[in-house]
Amino acid sequence: MPPVIEAHGLTKRYGSLTAVDAVDFTIDAGECYGFLGPNGAGKTSTVKMIHCSSPITAGDLRVFDLDVREQPRSIKQRIGVCQQEDTLDPDFSVRKNLTVFGRYFGIPARQAGERSRELLEFIGLWERRDARIRELSGGLKRRLAIARALVNEPDLLILDEPTTGLDPQSRHQVWDRVRTLRRQGKTILLTTHYMDEAQTLCDRLVIMDHGRILVEGPPADLVRTRVGREVVEVWGFPPALVAHVREQGWSFEADTHRLWIYTDSGEDVFEAIARRFPSEGCTVRMAGLEDLFLKLTGRELRE
Amino acid sequence: MSVADAVALVRNVSPRSLRVWERNRDVYFVTWKTNLFPPLAEPILYLMAFGAGVGALVKQVQYRGEMVGYTAFIAPGLLATQVMFQAFFETTYNTFVRMHYQRTFDAIITTPLSLEDVMAGELLWGATKGAIGTALMMLAISAFGLLHYPHALLIVPFSLLGGLFFAGLGLCFTGLVPQIDSFNFPTFLFIMPMFLFSGTFFPLEVLPRWAQNLANALPLTHVANVIRELGFGRVPRDLVWDLLYLLVLALPLNVFGIHLMKRRLVK
Repeated sequence: MPPVIEAHGLTKRYGSLTAVDAVDFTIDAGECYGFLGPNGAGKTSTVKMIHCSSPITAGDLRVFDLDVREQPRSIKQRIGVCQQEDTLDPDFSVRKNLTVFGRYFGIPARQAGERSRELLEFIGLWERRDARIRELSGGLKRRLAIARALVNEPDLLILDEPTTGLDPQSRHQVWDRVRTLRRQGKTILLTTHYMDEAQTLCDRLVIMDHGRILVEGPPADLVRTRVGREVVEVWGFPPALVAHVREQGWSFEADTHRLWIYTDSGEDVFEAIARRFPSEGCTVRMAGLEDLFLKLTGRELRE
Repeated sequence: MSVADAVALVRNVSPRSLRVWERNRDVYFVTWKTNLFPPLAEPILYLMAFGAGVGALVKQVQYRGEMVGYTAFIAPGLLATQVMFQAFFETTYNTFVRMHYQRTFDAIITTPLSLEDVMAGELLWGATKGAIGTALMMLAISAFGLLHYPHALLIVPFSLLGGLFFAGLGLCFTGLVPQIDSFNFPTFLFIMPMFLFSGTFFPLEVLPRWAQNLANALPLTHVANVIRELGFGRVPRDLVWDLLYLLVLALPLNVFGIHLMKRRLVK
């Protein structure tokens, strides 16, 4: 079976700005694939090229083994997109938003009606099917947008920052639905700048920055091979500690207040430094995506 | 924009553009109360102000060699302005709201519709709004006995063509304006002068020759000519020329509008 998405040297330039810089990636059927990166990393630009809303500048991009330049309509017939911004129709009811969207895919009215009932039940909005969009909270709107993206029973679901701006309860609601879809075997492409979201939802992911892919793989593997199993985090430490860490050849990162030592044996490192270098605090924890992310993209503040 | 670009744009328009027309129609029905009211109420106000007010001073005007009651003269003129206003404001303000504030088009172009389909649907809907507004206004004007049927019925299909012209003009501006307030410029530079100087409220014969020529270059003059003659129950004298003017200009104007919108939206 050919991959769902195959990109080679995929590039997007806006004037002199290179938003996506010759990236390669392959997404297989049935996996949840993540694009993780800070704002402006090129995630949304990549996604827009995949759903044929933005022409590619250079390289090759095939979706369902079709060229995005040649068969955008056939590709779009088989994908569902939940965009970052709210694009629901404010003049229509909850249910009408789904049936009108079904019409764009050429779904007959009766079938679109049945499908929207299933989807509204799936996201828990059937009771509010006649509500107007402006009566919905941000979390409900996002769930409705996901339901709308499923109206054509897509072979590929694209979720562009599906939980940005949502409160914790709503985020978990969205995650729960995404996990259900993943279990059903749906191929999902997800962009996010939340580490926990990427870690909990993605089978594989790439970390993007400045339009380039920095690493690719299953999140747990990436953390283990690139960071180590554990992190010793020290704050309010004496300057001599940095020199000592360097001497030991430990992998580390530091800013003005904190020091992170990446290791496979956190307890030993902790024992070795805690008494010799008294600090305000020192803790050992499991390494996570956030450690990998910050290690790769640096700690400077982004706009 | 080259001819090849124009051909490529037109080839990207498919029957799926009707889905966008249907979407806009459905919104029109959801918000029908606010939509039906203006075209019904507006002519009554105008006919009262101009018919009873100005008409008390100007009982009759000379139009194409005959004397015509002033109220009867302006009634078809009002219909012509309705075609223009409905279509132009649909593809300017309303399209801008859908494009920019509601992001409706961003969502639709992720479905099998092309951007060209979406814009063609907007233009068709703009033309339809022109025809709906005109038909509603005809109801109100007919209540005063100012339209002669069955000829006047042809005003409705004709207003689709006139509407398409002004929808295309509107879409060009939507492709260009930096923000929604900027529509004030085309409105006051093009639309309001046309509203007043296209043989709508006074016969063009009273103007000096050069001003008549200028007025004849305006699209609304041709729309008003046809509607007035049909409203009077006659076959318009220069029908072929009026239709030719509108058809020949409406098509490139519509294609150019789609081009400007595509340039604006596809990055």
